[in-house]
Amino acid sequence: MKSHVYRPLWVVLGLVAIVLVFRFFYVPKNFGVGERGYMYGWHRAANEADWKNFTVKYKGNSDYCNSCHPDKYESIMKTPHAIIICEDCHGPALEHPENPPKLAIEKSRDLCLRCHTYLAYPTSGRAKIRGIDPDAHNPGMECVMCHNPHNPMEGLR
Amino acid sequence: MISRRNLLKNTVRIIGGIALPLSAFRIIDPKEIFAAYNDGTKVRWVFLVDTYKCVGCGMCVKACKLENEIPYDANVTRTWVERYVLTKDGNVLADSPKGARDGFTNPRIDLGLGQYADIKPAEIDKAFFVPKLCNQCDKPPCVQVCPVGATYQVPEGVVLVDRTWCIGCGYCIMACPYGVRFFHPKYHTAEKCTYCYHRITKGMTTACVAACPFGARRIGNIKDPNDPVTKIIMTERVGILKEEYGTKPQNYYIGLSKEVK
Repeated sequence: MKSHVYRPLWVVLGLVAIVLVFRFFYVPKNFGVGERGYMYGWHRAANEADWKNFTVKYKGNSDYCNSCHPDKYESIMKTPHAIIICEDCHGPALEHPENPPKLAIEKSRDLCLRCHTYLAYPTSGRAKIRGIDPDAHNPGMECVMCHNPHNPMEGLR
Repeated sequence: MISRRNLLKNTVRIIGGIALPLSAFRIIDPKEIFAAYNDGTKVRWVFLVDTYKCVGCGMCVKACKLENEIPYDANVTRTWVERYVLTKDGNVLADSPKGARDGFTNPRIDLGLGQYADIKPAEIDKAFFVPKLCNQCDKPPCVQVCPVGATYQVPEGVVLVDRTWCIGCGYCIMACPYGVRFFHPKYHTAEKCTYCYHRITKGMTTACVAACPFGARRIGNIKDPNDPVTKIIMTERVGILKEEYGTKPQNYYIGLSKEVK
């Protein structure tokens, strides 16, 4: 049956076949509707595991640090700074002590000013923190030159 | 020959019989109803923010960026802290410089375009900080609009993005009423807070919760009645953001003010 009328039909059928073959190889086997249904759950199931395997950087509690540095842990636990986890200033532990063997300690004035710039905000916890005016209180000096972060008012009163 | 009495009797019986569906004779079991609303999972992550406790130090933003490998100097972040200053003459000023990555170390309010507002302490009526992050909505509009199925919700309620599947069309970024989504500068795909899915599935807390010294941020499981976060949400006064959008957000705020959008 040779007719110019059928020719476009074969072209369209061919295109459909190509798309279906491409789709068969391209779309992962675990792509489909998840437990949340068509509207919310349409996804590649293996991606959930990908996110679960993301590297954890912060140990998240100071007990990990305490197992090797009990002296440092105990010193800070006696001060109001006890509420701050070690990693906030010492950086994320990752696999320390293997990797990295040394943590870069953040000692900058800017770090202290995050909490200790006095802001007169009556309805916020900020106003209850002992604060300074950074432009008046020894501007340009690093806080750690006078204050020990593990015992901030040591020898200063 | 049918009598008038029998005709009326039968008519009432038949019409009554047709009108009563079979299900009306079934005795409903409360457990069955509960199961219909319960999808079988034992975990549904929710977030609780106490705006009275937040002091705007921004340690949460720093920790989030380092934990989740968000380029540190790019002006994008998965979580941020907003500062609200309400003056006595009725002005509402709000800012969040760099998403509060470096905290709030200056009383000046950043108005954008290089302009700043100096508010004297005597003029301040209320001032407070509001941490923000993805609400992991029960009805997430970002998931509905994704044309390729790259963003989805896991049974525990967290909305994730498949970086290999995302085509970067940005529909989800436009759809989110809370503005929590952005393009990842390195992967060029949609990026969002995952409640630190890699941490909470290992029994750890999120990086922002761990980094917060003041306990202003907490994460909990709303399906566990003994969870301290659940107890607070169930018994204390908490607010949610943009309730009118019908997205059913799952971040609960203590001390939320109407000025917070």
